[in-house]
Amino acid sequence: MTPQDSNLQERCGTLIAWGAAGSVTMAFLWLLGDLLWHGLSHISWTFLVSAPRNAGREGGIGPILVSTGLIVGICMAVAFPIGLGTAIFLAEYTRDDRPMGRLLRGSLDVLAGVPSIVFGLFGNALFCQALGLGFSIASGGLTLACMVLPILIRTTEEGFRAIPLDQRLSAAALGLSRQTTVWAILLPAAIPGLLVGSILGLGRAFAETAALIFTSGYVDRMPESLMDSGRALSVHIYDLAMNVAGGNPNAYATAVVLVGLLVLINLLASWIAERWTTANHLPA
Amino acid sequence: MDDRQSSPGITQEPEGRPGFQQWLPYQSTQPCCEPVPHIQAEHLTIAYHGHPALEKVSFNVNRGCITALVGPSGCGKTSFLMCVNRLTDLIPACQVSGQLHIHDTNVLAPTTNVLHLRRTVGMIFQKPTVFPFTIRKNLELPLREHGTHDRTLLASAIEAALQQVGLWNEVKDRLDRPAQALSGGQQQRLCLARALVLSPDVLLLDEPCSALDPISSGIVEDLIVSFRGRYTVLIVTHNLPQARRIADHVVFFWSFNGVGRLVEYGSAQHIFESPREELTAAYISGLRG
Repeated sequence: MTPQDSNLQERCGTLIAWGAAGSVTMAFLWLLGDLLWHGLSHISWTFLVSAPRNAGREGGIGPILVSTGLIVGICMAVAFPIGLGTAIFLAEYTRDDRPMGRLLRGSLDVLAGVPSIVFGLFGNALFCQALGLGFSIASGGLTLACMVLPILIRTTEEGFRAIPLDQRLSAAALGLSRQTTVWAILLPAAIPGLLVGSILGLGRAFAETAALIFTSGYVDRMPESLMDSGRALSVHIYDLAMNVAGGNPNAYATAVVLVGLLVLINLLASWIAERWTTANHLPA
Repeated sequence: MDDRQSSPGITQEPEGRPGFQQWLPYQSTQPCCEPVPHIQAEHLTIAYHGHPALEKVSFNVNRGCITALVGPSGCGKTSFLMCVNRLTDLIPACQVSGQLHIHDTNVLAPTTNVLHLRRTVGMIFQKPTVFPFTIRKNLELPLREHGTHDRTLLASAIEAALQQVGLWNEVKDRLDRPAQALSGGQQQRLCLARALVLSPDVLLLDEPCSALDPISSGIVEDLIVSFRGRYTVLIVTHNLPQARRIADHVVFFWSFNGVGRLVEYGSAQHIFESPREELTAAYISGLRG
């Protein structure tokens, strides 16, 4: 191969890499641009706080924001402690070759790949019917918790595993119990991983539609308790876009709010992770 | 090679433990360490996934002495150290057999309180491993774990440990600053202080100077020398001049087809000036290893 051939190959490789990266960026920008172009003009304070009217064609998304907040709140309140506990178990209390660890990891991998509509049916059967919670915010939140657990656990586990073995050996060499090692030394170092897992989980929870249609329902009025049915943002977008003629403008506006919220949560999480790393003197 | 035959000491039956053989090493040239066995290893074998990394090792470590473990990489020196405080328990698929006693504690017995054992056997690793919090909390955490909660006691123990490693004057005004902001040498001394704050009897040092610059290394080396008579020190080092400078006794391991065995054990003077084994002489002179 002559130097010219090699140079040409190098250029082609670079061009393909740039092209791939560019097309991804373009797709994202196009999506975002389309949303903002159609939706931004409809967003106002009144839109954010007022109730939907005329099947959502008019009015705002106040009750829907409240319902979404409650559903996602329940989801994270349930998923966070269970996810953290399971991740600690997987990373610190079981080994890869142990049957329990293998079984748990296998189950998580399968759960992560289960379509959300199946989670919806499962949530409907378990929470709405068997446990008698009916179509409610509680049922939706609990179903979402089951959905986000695999991603939350795996990311948090990775956070723990990324901590060098030296830290564990040093702690053990000082006669520190495993409990102290996990809570005092490893957990602070794993918090950024836990935050990343939570954000990915939150993102999935916010964006979820299929699982919620079967569990938290469609009702778009302001919820009075966790046992009330409540409509999430994503369900609202789906309903306006698919079932309500003339609902597209408000569907776009709601989508802008949803994407805005996701971006905000991502930024907030990065900021907290950075602050945490600095405050706890962790290596960045 | 049978390490028992190569050990240069004499055999005797200690009181109260019939059949237990041990070798008394050559008398140390250093007057301040006692010729009293503190750590006794007998037929100690350490295997990973069924493959022995160290086989049938028997020797005594004298109380208050500095004993250097030397030999090429992979001959089981670090495995031996990790066995003394049962850190081998944390290594998957690691099996230890044989006998290991620290004074009258049977280290390998399943009933041995491992947390208490590790309190009395401090360990320092090759790379300084300060915890990611303040200097004070690095020292407080092990103390609190072992039952000291009184603030005055904590403060005095921390000061004493930092004084002992010569770090007090350097850090007394920044105890609440992150430990990771210290230099490598300071971090290693902090790790030493963290081990000393628990008042151990034995110190295991796994190449404590190898990640440090020459000046920091010199400081840590001087500290180790200052421990003679106060702690029983077992140090793994690849730095033979360092072993010669600081050790009272030297244990020479060699890897035979991937299995570590003890080749020779004796006073530093004996090992460096008139080794019995050709392999030891070749390693010391740099011809092998």
